[in-house]
Amino acid sequence: MKLESKEPKGELAEKWTNYRSTLDLVAPNNKRRIEVIVVGTGLAGASAAATLGELGYNVKCFTFHDSPRRAHSIAAQGGINAAKNYQNDGDSVYRLFYDTIKGGDYRSRESNVHRLAEASRNIIDQAVAQGVPFAREYGGLLANRSFGGVQVSRTFYARGQTGQQLLLGAYQSLSRQISLGNVTMYNRHEMLDLVKIDGKARGIIARNLLTGELERHAAHCVVLGTGGYGNVFYLSTNAMGSNVTAAWRAVHRGALMANPCYTQIHPTCIPQSGDYQSKLTLMSESLRNDGRVWVPKNLEDAKAIREGRKTALDIPEQDRDYYLERRYPAFGNLVPRDVASRAAKIECDKGHGVVKTGKAVYLDFAAAFERYGESEALSKGLKNASKEKIIELGRGVIKAKYGNLFQMYEKITGEDPYIMPMKIYPAVHYTMGGLWVDYNLETNVPGLFALGEANFSDHGANRLGASALMQGLADGYFVIPYTIGQFLSNEIRTPKIDPNDPAFAEAEKAVDERLSKMVNIKGNQSVESFHRRLGKIMWEYCGMARNAEGLKKARKMIRELRDEFWSDVFIPGSTDEFNPELEKAARVADFLELGEVFAVDALQREESCGGHFREEYQTPEGEALRRDDEFAYVSAWEWKGFNEDPVLHKEELEFENVELKTRSYK
Amino acid sequence: MKLTLKVWRQKSGDHKGYFETHNVVAEEHMSFLEMMDVLNQQMIEEKKTPVAFEHDCREGICGSCNMVIDGRPHGPQTGTTTCQLHMRTFKDGDVIVIEPWRSAAFPVIKDLVVDRSSFDRIIQAGGYISVNTGQAQDANAIPIEKDVALDAFDAATCIGCGACVAACPNSSAMLFTSAKVAHLNSLPQGELEASRRVQAMVHQMDAEGFGKCSNTGACEAECPKEISIDNIALMNRQYIASMVGSDTAV
Ligand SMILES: Cc1cc2nc3c(=O)[nH]c(=O)nc-3n(C[C@H](O)[C@H](O)[C@H](O)COP(=O)(O)OP(=O)(O)OC[C@H]3O[C@@H](n4cnc5c(N)ncnc54)[C@H](O)[C@@H]3O)c2cc1C
Ligand code: SF4
Ligand code: FES
Repeated sequence: MKLESKEPKGELAEKWTNYRSTLDLVAPNNKRRIEVIVVGTGLAGASAAATLGELGYNVKCFTFHDSPRRAHSIAAQGGINAAKNYQNDGDSVYRLFYDTIKGGDYRSRESNVHRLAEASRNIIDQAVAQGVPFAREYGGLLANRSFGGVQVSRTFYARGQTGQQLLLGAYQSLSRQISLGNVTMYNRHEMLDLVKIDGKARGIIARNLLTGELERHAAHCVVLGTGGYGNVFYLSTNAMGSNVTAAWRAVHRGALMANPCYTQIHPTCIPQSGDYQSKLTLMSESLRNDGRVWVPKNLEDAKAIREGRKTALDIPEQDRDYYLERRYPAFGNLVPRDVASRAAKIECDKGHGVVKTGKAVYLDFAAAFERYGESEALSKGLKNASKEKIIELGRGVIKAKYGNLFQMYEKITGEDPYIMPMKIYPAVHYTMGGLWVDYNLETNVPGLFALGEANFSDHGANRLGASALMQGLADGYFVIPYTIGQFLSNEIRTPKIDPNDPAFAEAEKAVDERLSKMVNIKGNQSVESFHRRLGKIMWEYCGMARNAEGLKKARKMIRELRDEFWSDVFIPGSTDEFNPELEKAARVADFLELGEVFAVDALQREESCGGHFREEYQTPEGEALRRDDEFAYVSAWEWKGFNEDPVLHKEELEFENVELKTRSYK
Repeated sequence: MKLTLKVWRQKSGDHKGYFETHNVVAEEHMSFLEMMDVLNQQMIEEKKTPVAFEHDCREGICGSCNMVIDGRPHGPQTGTTTCQLHMRTFKDGDVIVIEPWRSAAFPVIKDLVVDRSSFDRIIQAGGYISVNTGQAQDANAIPIEKDVALDAFDAATCIGCGACVAACPNSSAMLFTSAKVAHLNSLPQGELEASRRVQAMVHQMDAEGFGKCSNTGACEAECPKEISIDNIALMNRQYIASMVGSDTAV
């Protein structure tokens, strides 16, 4: 199979503009006759469904949530990037493009990334017009902050709730289209299969989660905005319901899974506190703007802290190791996520960790309290303010910036981060890998599109902070509304797709049989226990550091676990009722397949790049060693069946505008 | 810690509900929902049907979780969702009563899961600004006073959980509805549609069967996002103003 990226030719900066103006269009009268299924109501799905509705398509939109507003995107905290250059600090579309390519460790497609950088500006305009209450300066103009891996201030934010506000903006636009009758919304419906007719995506099988009934939904094409698969690790910062099922079912129908091993492990999360833990909580990267990361220099101090004999406050300045500032003076605490995560792991592995489990470092705001306090005191005309007063003022400034994050931290840990430095540790957060798509965001299955975290397209081997929101919304608002026309303009004579087509009957039967089989195992182990065990394997062997031996072992263990699942899982209840355990089981069954392909991909990629760190491939200083001569390609995997080897298809990446360099943040 | 749970069980909206008693052993660092996970794991091991409850983000932002704990929506802690509540709030030996939201406009689906789609329909009635994709001007072309933006933001942080309704003796949805009205109507972008918005949303709210507001303030007290009851006063003023010269029969 030859993977064609369909990137337009020409000057990088003009590709998208030129392409857009030559794209095939669908006339308004035809749009009304064309049906589009959008699965997912996160930033990607909601923005796509709303915009396609506005354009006049007949949209059917699906979510397994009880309301479109609850999609996982709601939890995004820190912000969204845009090359607005409102701070006049030298930002530009090119710089955002360059930072993203570099941040992704040169494993993404140039033309996609440039388009993303271009669209970023429109997103902010659109969101503000929808009433998204971004942070503002006293002059009434929009405020910005910095995120990791960049040296400009281009991140727009709404306190620590940027995802919530952007998603509500998209949800409200979607609600308007629902009220106008352009979008039909199906809440509590889960897509469990993709239906193909004559090779084209023509519909889905969805389970009505309230009744358990399987429904056939037909359309001229299908758009997936179904999110990422970080929960294959069980513990992650993702919402509990986030899963790979929609994408994975598409893979079973021939779509390719690209770069599954590219996973982002986020450096600043609240450390795990016990075995009962169900998820991990992110502390937004924006905190690294003002927080300094450190561990005790002396192993004895670290030990004393772990044993509760000392606290952070007992460690004098000269005995603290601000290891990011030391190792990476140019970027300091704002190195990209993969670099920061690995550095934390190294310190903890050396014995400098600061919680009982040994797995945490400090994120300390003391210096920021003082710095902000002093400038507040000045601006308030307090000349001889005491140190306490200054700290108090400084805490006020930090509270205004990150209040909800500090509160969240305190609620979870029971510790006051205004006094004690936060304790943080890396956790699985985001998946750069996803369904393979071309420049039109179309998978290799004609008529099947993938947007947002569900596709692999823009972040290469590592995503920069605040660019997932940007990508989801760029895909949904500003890319798919155009590129979908390339497919649909050839479908204007295609009559309404018939849900009685044998392809629908076959898919429905397959889903029904699979669910019944699961429910009837009536074994002895809970779904949750399988998921936890899978997560442990993934974290142990496919986490922050990987090696060939471990990956082979992981693959074997996952296969065994999968066999065990299919012979010993216990699912209470039946298929024809509201049954949350069954929903979970179907998702875990898919994770058990994806996990294997993940390990295969990580094993095959004999280099280190971005979030994929192979211990065999590192520089003498312990930095990732990329091997561009051999691995500058996208790995797209074809699923061949339960006990077969997945087949690799390669898309060579061509870099015409940037020079491949070793990433340096020193 | 050893706990006794009295949990509401209800097979579906058509069945009658009842309390079921269970004992669980929890740790104080667990979140409330992790304690519920322990209960469910225990029930699955006994081949019983676990307690259905809604949850997703488990960090207080998606608005899914909805338990009335010892008579209080989202439990005893102010400004906290069920998922953010930690067991350190409870003591060894406690008896905890767990129920779903109770309101005619939020029918029970199963156990602790209720149907809150009425909230979606209130938003669909007018909780948006009518701007199509691509029609926007440059974001900085509309400066907005910082304080105005902050107030709008405060209102916009509503997570749509419905605790306000569950807390209200009349099951009124005024706090939820007014939060969206205040968010959008106080911004210059939302001003043009302000009258139409408040009318449409209030009408939908009434049509969904939510009760009248009698200013008990219970909603504000239980709202996990501490949405201010001032929004209700603002909405009432705007609603009355919108009827002057309105052609909508009310
Ligand atoms: C805690 C946290 C904080 C973050 N902060 C930031 C940030 O500050 N900035 C940033 O840029 N990014 C951030 N991210 C990443 C970002 O939030 C996500 O990558 C992004 O929101 C994903 O959006 P999406 O639309 O692709 O998918 P999602 O928001 O995950 O939406 C998926 C949708 O698909 C639906 N769905 C899935 N499967 C099915 C199915 N089978 N049938 C029916 N419906 C289905 C779901 O119901 C849901 O509606 C953060 C992520 C986390 C976890
Ligand atoms: S106003 Fe408060 S209680 Fe009511 S839905 Fe919104 S967040 Fe929940
Ligand atoms: S689970 Fe999301 S708010 Fe509680």
